[in-house]
Amino acid sequence: MACINPDGTLTPTATLVLKTAHRPITVEEIAQSAGLPLYQVRMSLRELVASGLLKEENETYFITEKGKKLLH
Amino acid sequence: MSEELIPPKSVTLPRLNEPAPEFEAVTTHGTVRLSDYRDSWLILFSHPADFTPVCTTEFIAFAEIYPELQKRGVELLGLSVDSVYSHIAWVRNIEEKTGVKIPFPVIADLNKDVATLYGMIQPGASKTEAVRAVFVIDPKGILRAMIYYPLTAGRNMQEILRLVDSLQTSDKYQVATPANWKPGDKVIVPAPNTTETAEQRVKAGYECVDWYLCKKTLE
Repeated sequence: MACINPDGTLTPTATLVLKTAHRPITVEEIAQSAGLPLYQVRMSLRELVASGLLKEENETYFITEKGKKLLH
Repeated sequence: MSEELIPPKSVTLPRLNEPAPEFEAVTTHGTVRLSDYRDSWLILFSHPADFTPVCTTEFIAFAEIYPELQKRGVELLGLSVDSVYSHIAWVRNIEEKTGVKIPFPVIADLNKDVATLYGMIQPGASKTEAVRAVFVIDPKGILRAMIYYPLTAGRNMQEILRLVDSLQTSDKYQVATPANWKPGDKVIVPAPNTTETAEQRVKAGYECVDWYLCKKTLE
């Protein structure tokens, strides 16, 4: 996966996205806050949600407990 | 014993002003979907093969215009039928040998799924490699322009930039652009389509050759 290294650590892009999601946040807000293009944010969100590190609800995203543990 | 025949993939050609065909593909930046690019302009382009000379000059040239494309809200997405490992090795080699970093993702279309969907495989040119195709897709996912170049001719980046400028100008001002247009030049006022508006057109004060060919300067 592009967001998680083979050793289970986060990639820099994934770290950046997770750090912005400490509160419910939209794709556009993540892109602006993290300074990333929209396509890269969408790619990352898909993987981070599939990995259980982020949760999506009503088109907003927020970090899960699993995501917080990996971030720290 | 009968053999099971695998039916050939349908060859399709995308069409202008219709939704660009959706896909999901492995790239050097991870798995991407065309829909990830909504709300941005996108230039999807193909090259025949990694580690080949013309393609390398094109990748360098695309990287060099990337900042100008970003100013225009345009992203780049490359494609060839090589593997992602070949792509990674090649872009690292380009950076090592020339100092040019390739900032955009490159699709590894090993199964030729995207190449087939976009008519990038043209058997008269090559049965296995993509030709040099360029697709300009707008923020709503509509295909707005396409270029197909042969294996032997590297593409012109200034023309690609000019094409993007033309499309964005047309969208913003509801005008067309004449031959050899570049930003700052006069644009074409859309031709009238009734006798009444044709009559009004010649009196409207535009610079006209005749009722059907009128230009104006954008403010």
